[in-house]
Amino acid sequence: MRIDNLTVRFGGFTAVDSVSLDVPEGHIVGLVGESGSGKSSLARAVCGLVPHTGLVSGASRPQMVFQDPYASLDPRMKIGESVAEGLRGLRGAARDAEVARLLGLVSLPAELAGRYPRELSGGQRQRVAIARALGARPDLLVADEITSALDVSVQGAVLNLVRSLRDELGVTILFISHNLAVVRYVCDEVAVLHHGRLVEHGPTEDVIGAPAHDYTRALIEAVPRVPRP
Amino acid sequence: MPRTPSAVAGTVLVALMVVLAVIGPPLWGDEAARIDATAVLQGGSAAHPFGTDNLGRDLLARVLVAARYSLLLALAAALIGGVAGIVLGALPSVLPRRGARFVTGMVNALVAFPGLLLAMFTAVVTGLGARGAVLGIGAAIAPGFARLTQTLAASVAGADYVAAARMLGVPRHRVLARHVLPNIAEPLILNLAMALGGALLGLSGMSFLGLGVQPPDYDWGRLLFDGFGRIYVNPEVALGPAAAVALAGIGFNLLGDALAKGAARRPAHRPDGAAPPAAPAPDEAEVQPDAVLDVRGLTVSFPGGVTPVRGVSLSVGPGEIVGLVGESGSGKSLTAAAVGGLVPYPGAVSHTALRLSGEEAATLTQKELGTSLAMVFQDPMASLNPALRVGGQLAEVAQVHQGATRAEARRRAVDRLGHVHLPEPEKQAGRHPHQLSGGMRQRAVIAMGLMGTPKLIIADEPTTALDVTVQRQILRLLREVTEETRAGVLFISHDIAVVGELCDRVVVMYAGRVVEELPVERLAEGAAHPYTRALLGSLPDMDTDRSRPLASIPGRQPAPGDVGDGCAFAPRCPLAGERCESSRPPLARVGAGHLVACWEAS
Ligand SMILES: Nc1ncnc2c1ncn2[C@@H]1O[C@H](COP(=O)(O)OP(=O)(O)O)[C@@H](O)[C@H]1O
Ligand code: SF4
Ligand SMILES: [Mg+2]
Repeated sequence: MRIDNLTVRFGGFTAVDSVSLDVPEGHIVGLVGESGSGKSSLARAVCGLVPHTGLVSGASRPQMVFQDPYASLDPRMKIGESVAEGLRGLRGAARDAEVARLLGLVSLPAELAGRYPRELSGGQRQRVAIARALGARPDLLVADEITSALDVSVQGAVLNLVRSLRDELGVTILFISHNLAVVRYVCDEVAVLHHGRLVEHGPTEDVIGAPAHDYTRALIEAVPRVPRP
Repeated sequence: MPRTPSAVAGTVLVALMVVLAVIGPPLWGDEAARIDATAVLQGGSAAHPFGTDNLGRDLLARVLVAARYSLLLALAAALIGGVAGIVLGALPSVLPRRGARFVTGMVNALVAFPGLLLAMFTAVVTGLGARGAVLGIGAAIAPGFARLTQTLAASVAGADYVAAARMLGVPRHRVLARHVLPNIAEPLILNLAMALGGALLGLSGMSFLGLGVQPPDYDWGRLLFDGFGRIYVNPEVALGPAAAVALAGIGFNLLGDALAKGAARRPAHRPDGAAPPAAPAPDEAEVQPDAVLDVRGLTVSFPGGVTPVRGVSLSVGPGEIVGLVGESGSGKSLTAAAVGGLVPYPGAVSHTALRLSGEEAATLTQKELGTSLAMVFQDPMASLNPALRVGGQLAEVAQVHQGATRAEARRRAVDRLGHVHLPEPEKQAGRHPHQLSGGMRQRAVIAMGLMGTPKLIIADEPTTALDVTVQRQILRLLREVTEETRAGVLFISHDIAVVGELCDRVVVMYAGRVVEELPVERLAEGAAHPYTRALLGSLPDMDTDRSRPLASIPGRQPAPGDVGDGCAFAPRCPLAGERCESSRPPLARVGAGHLVACWEAS
């Protein structure tokens, strides 16, 4: 997937300012930056959800997973119906089987298909949202702060899942987070966004190990750490 | 639905009206139609309590019989108005942009048009009589419904699940039918109930003006119209239909109101517990003589055997930052709320001791509590009034609690805003909360707490909604404030890394109980409880080995109603043995300032 000179404007405000970025197939590219730096606007533009200028190529079937797992599933639809929404041309038993397969991909039992979102925990809901996105066989998965609303105890499991999507299914992922420790753990490459502009981009070890930009250093500095004696 | 007197009155009135509509015509239909030339235009009497009309028919019977027709007409008008309104309101979400804009403009114009005029105009155009009146009232109701539908639909259309459906290629009309309409149905139906009352009044008004039901048919409005000419001679002939209209109108409005309130108040899904647990015994915790907060055996319970906080003991020393950590639902926020006296109804709080700076909290006045305790929440807007300027809100604290003059209070407010490092405090004081960024608002809330001389600051997830860079600044500010004022801080977070970075002492909560308490220096290597260790292990930091999967904790924390007798962590614990299932480990001392509740840790 390639982004060329992408710009997103809201009225007179420029949220994303001529960003160009490559996301190699089967890789996870992390996008970091503080809130308001334009991460979500970029994500939504890549998925065609907001008007933009510039070119997005190589992602004809992008899918997005959102931050708040309590807002991204229709509360009145059963889990199975939500997951099946992207499955066109499948009916009856074939459809149920596909839903079960998708739930299996995100390590959820098939029985959950008959439940409503309110009966699930935040972590389970986030897995359902990922399963729903996978159903559309995306060539790019955009994950926008998908662990920020989750408890630390389930965050780990969701991050493991994201890595296994790459390792086992070869999914290409644009992974957005404001937490560099999380990005460092899951991503092959890191891109840093500051006031709508891309200020640094490179392999994770390089960006974290030898940051070239002051803003990247500030982000690294800000990661909370448990003190070690 | 709430059981308030008005809700009960509304239900009873509406039920009466419905019963009357069903049984009225068969019971009194004959009497209402019986013409009696000997009893024309009589006033009230024993035989005819409400008198008779110009054909000698009994008016009481006619009022009772008219209930069915009046209610049916009102129902028809409300349904016509509701359906037309919902269609108009929903159209813009399926039409192409041009058409959508046209429909929206039309609805806006109609909403601005007086309803009564719209009703009369439609009634006159479509012809006098019941049909015209129903269409007219329907037309008057429709624009309001259209506007409501549009607003509700717009809020659902912005939801992430609609964005997800669009990305999956679900066509617009299906999005409307599957996602939007089901999620706005409830408020629409509630409004229909309220519109029914309005339609009844409106139709009676139309008939009363002679624009509605025409003889030989009659509804309440028509009866009122017929009786009105005689009101100075026999007021009782108009009384019957007037009372019927009034009672029915009031009934529908009260019921609609009560239903709406009930829907607004309905809590989110919460598992209900079984038998109420025995009062949990308070566990041991370290006691400090000069503590600014000292709470023992704190328990918070809700009706139905739900006890989210079970015998928590905590203390915070002056200038000390104590972190309270645990996953959501572990009872952290309720613990904080109980200390601040803010547990929502119907929660019940009990404790063996709750002292703020050595004084029993129960003996403190609201004012003393207000100046010695400051609270900061995750959402700064919970503490800021969006309608008031920031400076004014801070100044108010000093005026109310410290009796400062306006000018003094104002000066102090600006000073405090500067103190929390808001750039250009003078200017920020004159702005409204929504003009500040999230981090700036949180600073303003902290500044508000510093208007008094707090001995204890309770901060409940104050940085959870902020990103790491801003979080870092707020944490630094909290540290600075404690060092300077010697206030103690109870810092609540689900993020053990944040707690580890900021706090002096860490208290870990699980399922309503403290399971471990330890000095922060021991956290990284010396944590003894399997839950604390799992929390630490599931968190990536800048040194985590990227080639290995992260640890995660299987299963879920039990709901506050389902906590059993044994160790609450047992179903998720890798070390759980037989004893863990049956009996709960006490919080016991394992080192200096280090307490653990686990059978396997020692
Ligand atoms: N008003 C209430 N009525 C009933 N249960 C409640 C109420 N408020 C909170 N609870 C329950 O108490 C438990 C602890 O809540 P809370 O103190 O908010 O936890 P935390 O802050 O650790 O996330 C939760 O399971 C929650 O559902
Ligand atoms: S008491 Fe048993 S179940 Fe509970 S934490 Fe300790 S080892 Fe695990
Ligand atoms: Mg909380």
